[in-house]
This record gives sequence, C-alpha cells and structure tokens, in this order.
Amino acid sequence: MPINPELHSDYLLRLADSNLVLGHRMSEWIGKAPTIEEELALANIGLDLIGQARALLAHAAKVSGDGRDEDALAFLRDTHQYRNLLLVENKNGDFANTIVRQFLYSAFAQPHWNALTRSSDEELAGIAAKAEKEATYHVRHSSEWLIRLGDGTEESHRRAQNALDNLWMYTGEMFESDDIEQAVIEAGIGVDPSTIKPQWDAIVEPVLKQATLVQPEDGWMISGGRVGRHTEHLGHMLSDMQFLQRAYPGQQW
Amino acid sequence: MVTVAKDNQLVAARAALEAVVDPEIPVLTIEDIGILRDVRLGEDGEIEVIITPTYSGCPAMGMIALDITVALERAGISKHHIVTQATPAWTTDWISPEACEKLRAYGIAPPVKASTSKRALFSSVEVACPKCGSDSTERVSEFGSTSCKALYRCKSCLEPFDYFKCI
Repeated sequence: MPINPELHSDYLLRLADSNLVLGHRMSEWIGKAPTIEEELALANIGLDLIGQARALLAHAAKVSGDGRDEDALAFLRDTHQYRNLLLVENKNGDFANTIVRQFLYSAFAQPHWNALTRSSDEELAGIAAKAEKEATYHVRHSSEWLIRLGDGTEESHRRAQNALDNLWMYTGEMFESDDIEQAVIEAGIGVDPSTIKPQWDAIVEPVLKQATLVQPEDGWMISGGRVGRHTEHLGHMLSDMQFLQRAYPGQQW
Repeated sequence: MVTVAKDNQLVAARAALEAVVDPEIPVLTIEDIGILRDVRLGEDGEIEVIITPTYSGCPAMGMIALDITVALERAGISKHHIVTQATPAWTTDWISPEACEKLRAYGIAPPVKASTSKRALFSSVEVACPKCGSDSTERVSEFGSTSCKALYRCKSCLEPFDYFKCI
C-alpha cells in the first residue's frame, strides 16, 4: 500500500531521534565516567546510536525530499520538532540512572529493530539488521551493570532502585502508537510497538530479579515525545548539541 | 598520471582497490574485511564501488571512502563514485579465514564465529589469546579502542589484547 512520504519520513524521524538524543547523552559522559574502560563503553554505545541515527536521518531526508539533509535535521530542528521518546532525554543523573535508562531503552530497541528487519522499506530493514546486533551488546552491557549495581552495595542498590522508580513512568510511551504509527504499520513499513511488550518483559523481568530490584507497578505513564511535547531537559540538551550550527550556520569541519 | 582505456578500467580499478587497507587495522585490506562488496561499471559508464559499513557509527568509513577515491585517482580513473549499501548488513562472518589469521598474527583475536545470536546474549564466548594461544582469558570491557573491538586480558601470559567482536 503506498504511503504519504510525510508520514513515512515522520516515522523514520521518531526512530532516528530517540537514538540521536540518547547517543548525545552518552557523549556527555566523556571525561566523567567512573573508569577508563567504562568511558570507552559509554562512548562506543553513543557512537553506535549516533551512527544508526545518521543512517535513519539521511533516509528520512531522502523520503521526504524537502531539501533538508541529515545535518539540517539534526542541528536545525527545534525542541517541538523532535520526535524522540521522553525516556531518552532524561538527564544522565548518576551512573545508576544512566544505566537504568540505557537498559530500559535497549531492552525495547533490540526486539524492535529485530521486527523492523522485516520492514517493506528495504533501507530501513538494512539499518535495522545492523542496529539489532549493536543493540544486543547494549542490552548485555547495561544488564551486567544493573545486576552489579542492584546486587552490589547498599548505596548502589539504593541508587539503582531510585533510578528505576523514577524512570518507570517513561516506559509506557515505548509501546504506544498513534495514527502515524498505524499508517506505517498498514503500509508494512513500521512495527506495532505494542507487540514488542512481551519481549521487553522477557528481557527486563529476569534482569531486575537477578539485580534484586523491585519492578515498579505500572501506574500513570507520561508520553508526548513522538508528537513534539517534551520535558524541559531536551531544550537544554539541544542548545548544547546544536550550538555550533546555530552560532555559525553552515560551518563545516 | 596514466590514462586507462575504458575497457581496461574495471581491471585497473579492481587492482587499485586491492591495495586499500582498513585504516584502523592496516594488515587487512577492505576486501579482506568484507567492506568492499563490488566494483563494477555503472550504467553511466563510471566505475561504481559498493561498500558496506561495519558498525553503524564506524568513524573509519569516511577515511575509507577517501582512500578509495585516492587509489582510483592514482590509477588514472577519474570517473567513479562510491555507493554505500546497507543491505545485506555487514557481518564478521564475511572476514575470510585467511584474514582471521592475519588478525591473530597482528595481535587481535579474530571473531569467534556464530556468536551473534540472541541466545548468546547472556553467555560469554571463549576467546583465545592471540599472543600465547591460551583459552584462559577474561573480558575487561565489552567495548574497546574501536567500535568493532572488545578489550580482553590473558590470564596465562597476562597480556591485554583486543578481540574483534562478532556482529
């Protein structure tokens, strides 16, 4: 079924933006991570996410055909034009918060990419095939840390549990869909995110259990990122990320 | 600068590209590692070089594209372009057994085959030390000096080493 290029492109932006925002968050750890090995890990995860985002943004630009390229999409869109999940724009906070955020997102991203390898959009399917494997490493890295923190000292347990309690209300948004999502699902391009929930549960539940952390009850879930309603954190992040292109338009390395 | 007749261009291009190495792992050519997928004559008569990125965020891809351009220009092939192809996605399975041996000799443990499945997610692979061959090694960090490597340490000879991760 043919699809409106605008909807198709908007869907690709949703996928790209969550990765770009989380990738930038990871880069904020450079120079501040607890150990050199962990710094390399966080930076590499960020690199994977930004790489995936670049491919998706370039594809979104091609699909929309409105003359913008991947750089314009990344650096010249304002907060309300960003389509990322609210979970990933949360500030890094302490190390436990960064790890919990990464774990909750990667546990969704990995099965989600897997499902997208069957997309009728061949370019998207190719990006997804690579992203799925990279996400597998991200799930493993964050799981191992979460188990170590949760089942670690009294302080690391307390911090991990706090992060989990604070971030849980952002998890519902990952599985929601709206008209844009429905249109791309019908076109065979997108995946219904609600179908990813059982796989997410299957990754999250055993890890939390092993980490001796209490899985929070599903309560009120905040959402809005995918239609451009963001928390105050995204604007601050973009002002940093986009500074160069805003101050010196068109500047290149 | 030499000028090459059109019918010989493809042969010349292939020969020129045989010498292009991975900037991060200079013992492997881009063909050895599987980044170079095809060299062909495009419909417009230009040489078309098909490459597939390793990791999504691999920063070496820009350098590799530049090296390809330089190699072709040096061979007198002025009309060419690079096509980056995402499908099928690059996998470490494309690294030939000979290339794996070159990696080992260079001090990088080659990828252990078929460990990319989700079943391997929470199990660890056995990586042999590229220096002494011992199987008694431990992972120091899942992420190493480049996107494609993890950091390991040999418990027998105590040397730290890079492991080329499966993907």
